[in-house]
Amino acid sequence: MSGDNIACPVCDVMYHLPPELADGETRCARCGYRLTLGQSEAITRVVGLALTSVVLMGMVVFLPFLDLEAGQFSNSATVYDAVMGFSTGIMMPLSLAVMGFIIVLPLLRFGLLIYALAPVVLHRPNAPGANAALRVAIRLKPWAMAEIFMVGVAVALVKLAGMATLHMGPAFWAFVGVVVVAALKDTLMCRNTLWTALANNKA
Amino acid sequence: MDRAGQQQSLTTAREAGMVGCTYCGLLLPMDQAHCPRCGAGLQSRDDQSLQKVWAWLLAGLIAYVPANLYPMLRTTQMFHTTESTIVGGVSDLIHHHAYGIAFIVFFASVVIPIGKFIVIAYLAYLMSRPHKSDPHRLHLLYEVVEFIGRWSMIDVFVVAILTALVQFDVLATINPGIAAVCFALSVVFTMLSAQSFDSRLIWDRLEKGSFHG
Repeated sequence: MSGDNIACPVCDVMYHLPPELADGETRCARCGYRLTLGQSEAITRVVGLALTSVVLMGMVVFLPFLDLEAGQFSNSATVYDAVMGFSTGIMMPLSLAVMGFIIVLPLLRFGLLIYALAPVVLHRPNAPGANAALRVAIRLKPWAMAEIFMVGVAVALVKLAGMATLHMGPAFWAFVGVVVVAALKDTLMCRNTLWTALANNKA
Repeated sequence: MDRAGQQQSLTTAREAGMVGCTYCGLLLPMDQAHCPRCGAGLQSRDDQSLQKVWAWLLAGLIAYVPANLYPMLRTTQMFHTTESTIVGGVSDLIHHHAYGIAFIVFFASVVIPIGKFIVIAYLAYLMSRPHKSDPHRLHLLYEVVEFIGRWSMIDVFVVAILTALVQFDVLATINPGIAAVCFALSVVFTMLSAQSFDSRLIWDRLEKGSFHG
């Protein structure tokens, strides 16, 4: 088994990618899939950004998110409140799904990435189940919808702008931070590099 | 930016009697069941791909019908309750002259879901027999559908935030309608449908000699 021989996961074309080629940016000649991103030094940054996201996410969950004022009425909502908006009666499953999409799954992805890749960065032996952790982290990517939630917030703010005064809480800005950091992290996640590093670290 | 294949001819793993891991890309002999590098299950082609695509797509379509017929939001102001559907919410926004936001909601909740149904059905239909379409165009269609599908969730999140914020007893309260559940299910089902599609089929089912690439 040689890690230099790969097949494009999108169209199945085989390539021989020696390390000097795999360190740069390569694309599949047939379908254009980015086989490597040219981010071979990025593992440390991926772990660092994942840690940052976890801290920010902690702030998101516990601090006030938005504050609404209409006349003498005032209502402050955390992200948890937004999630629990559906929690009455038959809407309960949707509540859990929303919580999963915007908090649990993003947080799980960050945690799994740290679990799988931090030992590589620290030059320790791989944690048990590191392979499975990285696989799940990759698999969950489309289901972590923090950035979509942010656009939803923007739409909701416009809808409410006429009837009430809104104040953004610290959790709001922390959430913006999570979205930016997570996007930055995904541009650095070259699958080929991560798997190669994980496989080489085991030996 | 080097194209990896410039110095080598294009052979697929299956033609060479090999199988590529879809998680980490590693090339392995066809008889191997699990990838030794990342532990993923290996399959040269997903034989049930199209069946799964059609099944999830149908489920998504079924859920999309009540999502449009039933109310998404129930607004109570001064003991008077109004219910608005997805399209009703968009026309409300237009009334409030929020054209940009109206466009985003309309695009995310109507254009993207319907476009997805059509594109996935088109791709799955083409793949059921040898086709002569440009594989690059089909692949681009597939990429767009897979990338954009999750953005339909916007409206569900909007409802969640409005519900959490607007709870002022008699003055104004907003509650979710049953359509929010149906719509979320529809989005999840169509995402699963798109993910079940084995993109390698696009090139497998290409009729010989019709396109080189």
